[in-house]
Amino acid sequence: MNNEMMKEQVIRMSGVNPLKCMRCGKCSGTCPSYDEMEYHPHQFVYMVEKGEIDKLMASPSIYKCLSCFACVERCPRDVEPAKLVEAIRLMVVRQQGQNHLKANEIPALLDNDLPQQALVTAFRKYTK
Amino acid sequence: MQRIGVFVCWCGSNIAATVDVQAVSDALAKEPGVVYSTNYQYMCSEAGQNMIKNAIKEYNLTGVVVCSCSPRMHEATFRKTVAAAGLNPYMLEVANIREQCSWIHKDKEAGTEKAIVLGRTAIAKVQLNAPLQAGESPVVKRALVIGGGIAGIQTALDIAEAGFDVDIVEKNPTIGGKMTQIDKTFPTLDCAACILTPKMVDCAQNEKIHIYSYSEVESVKGFVGNFTVSIKKKARYVDENKCTGCGECTTKCPMKNVPNEFNLGMDNRRAIYIPFAQAVPKVATIDPNYCNMLKNGKCGLCAKVCGAGAIDYKQQDQIVEEKYGAIVVATGYNPIKLDKFDEFGYSLSKDVITSLEFERLTNAAGPTSGTLLRPSDGKHPHTIVFVQCVGSRDTSGCGKPYCSKICCMYTAKHAMLTREKYPDTDVYVFYIDVRSPGKNYDEFYRRAVEQYGVHYIKGMVGKVAPRADGKIMVQASDLLADEQLHIEADLVVLAAAIEPDKSARPLATMLTASMDTNDFFTEAHAKLRPVESPTAGIFLSGACQGPKDIPDTVSQASAAAAKVIGLLVKDKLTTNPCVAQSNEMMCNGCSSCERVCPYGAITYVDKEFRMPDRTTRVRRVASVNPAVCQGCGACTVACPSGAMDLKGFSNSQIMAEVDAICQMK
Repeated sequence: MNNEMMKEQVIRMSGVNPLKCMRCGKCSGTCPSYDEMEYHPHQFVYMVEKGEIDKLMASPSIYKCLSCFACVERCPRDVEPAKLVEAIRLMVVRQQGQNHLKANEIPALLDNDLPQQALVTAFRKYTK
Repeated sequence: MQRIGVFVCWCGSNIAATVDVQAVSDALAKEPGVVYSTNYQYMCSEAGQNMIKNAIKEYNLTGVVVCSCSPRMHEATFRKTVAAAGLNPYMLEVANIREQCSWIHKDKEAGTEKAIVLGRTAIAKVQLNAPLQAGESPVVKRALVIGGGIAGIQTALDIAEAGFDVDIVEKNPTIGGKMTQIDKTFPTLDCAACILTPKMVDCAQNEKIHIYSYSEVESVKGFVGNFTVSIKKKARYVDENKCTGCGECTTKCPMKNVPNEFNLGMDNRRAIYIPFAQAVPKVATIDPNYCNMLKNGKCGLCAKVCGAGAIDYKQQDQIVEEKYGAIVVATGYNPIKLDKFDEFGYSLSKDVITSLEFERLTNAAGPTSGTLLRPSDGKHPHTIVFVQCVGSRDTSGCGKPYCSKICCMYTAKHAMLTREKYPDTDVYVFYIDVRSPGKNYDEFYRRAVEQYGVHYIKGMVGKVAPRADGKIMVQASDLLADEQLHIEADLVVLAAAIEPDKSARPLATMLTASMDTNDFFTEAHAKLRPVESPTAGIFLSGACQGPKDIPDTVSQASAAAAKVIGLLVKDKLTTNPCVAQSNEMMCNGCSSCERVCPYGAITYVDKEFRMPDRTTRVRRVASVNPAVCQGCGACTVACPSGAMDLKGFSNSQIMAEVDAICQMK
């Protein structure tokens, strides 16, 4: 699939119209994972608009988004950047063998403070 | 049968590109009654108008149909044209084949077909047109200005200058509006009070101007040239004529903890107060929500100390009725409430303030006497963060979709003045775009950056969190550096969006003036009639029409005054002859029309009628005053017996139009 087709798919899956963005940067101003990310929320919006889906799919940033939706909540233009991150992550994990979290990795990750709920959520987010 | 001429306009390519104008004029030539049909490049040009005039004479036309733009554009032009050729101007009909046809369609075949139908409709109507004669109505030579801010003041002064009486109705105890609360004005930085208060005094001293302060418009009746307005003078419990404005009462009143709205609640006033030193009229007002005497009948201290005997606890609201020829709306704006913007922490910290509050904090008459101090602890702030576009350009539903226009410039002013007075302060401005068009505006903003070292950062603040130690954590993005910034600020200033005053919406209903979805008054034409409402006799001044800074407001205020003067110098206005008339033989006296008439033009009279058996009978029938009727047609719809009809838009004419549209080819 080329970038242009992937862009269309990301836009269809997320329901986001990146053209609504007025480049204020409030999403990145509010993002709690900002420092962890290679590409920041406002860049997701702009890069999807430019059709640079392959770069985003290859970036570890898609697993750094907490899905806290602060960017969605505070965007003055209703752009919903987190939904774009979500769509691009799905583009990756839906490919053959691209699950980001495998069941046998779990025991090593477990610690006593980790709630059961977080595991379920992680499986939903990172695997097909 | 009428002898009708049809004139199809190309409007250059505006119509001709989407409508086959030759086909339209050919098809309409075959309609019954049409004796001449043609098309031309620009029907509104002198050559086009001469074509119409010549055809009227040559073919003895009795009716004319012009297929062109909206009648709002050129109906008046073509009426004059046919009148010049000796025809009654109301024997003209305009078929709108531009706005309602060529501009909205792409398919030429369908567009042509529709243009033919629209032309045929106008022909069907013209068949039933009858010559109408316009009447005259007198003009009351007095204007009303609603709102006493800088817009209303300027409009009133200009109207008075031309020699007409003008009344200002202001809901607050003093005129002056928002400008009284502003410290300095961009781009020249002169003090707002220094340039405003002389104008306020001029208003008070001008014998042509009467100020109704602490008053509101209750109801508006009538029409252009002849409005009747009820004004409610709210009881201020002080006799305006006796009060000398000495202020003794405002120092003795024991109710000391009333939030002072002039300083946006950042300090307190007494229950009896004069808003500020230069108030006009300089008269005390008792706030009935806090006065002990009015609430419980105990106290009466102000009456004791008043040397002039001006205090009157028994004063009542008073209704004054006045007649006006023109009404100017100057209701102004307010900053929006920030309760939907929790991320900026406005409700969490006293040190997160709005820009208008910042004005008060830097004003010599403000709560800190002009020294910039934090509202929480009264200390000097050393790091100040300004946030732009708080609620402006917001389509998420929390704010306003439009640009508030004034914030970029006043924030540059605030930032610059802060650096000027307190060079040890770090000042950050977070912006999305800096919008500074206007004479000396961009230079002003650049001065803030280049000379005063204000840190302008492209990006938005995402989170403001007050900390227990009094610092305010500001998290924001710096888009150009691609960084997230964390700033420990002492003061955060939010440039809140502005919105029309809440009084504007009910006022628009009273005036039957139209508004947009944001409650700004709509102008008659966005470009060519910017200070007039589409409702005749209603004019717009200042921010009630859209966000505006002071220079723009004053320009528009004077423009509105010029329009008002143009109306008031006329002794008589030509009335619209398209008014309602009642067929007395059909009227059953039910009063439905009287109830729906928004202008009070319909009355009922008892009239003697001869019956078929030669007896007479008295019946109650509707009678329309043609000078008052505005031709809205509400009565024709309400009338159950079909007795009410509108001249020029009669029921039979409208049915003929509908028939013409429905007629198959």
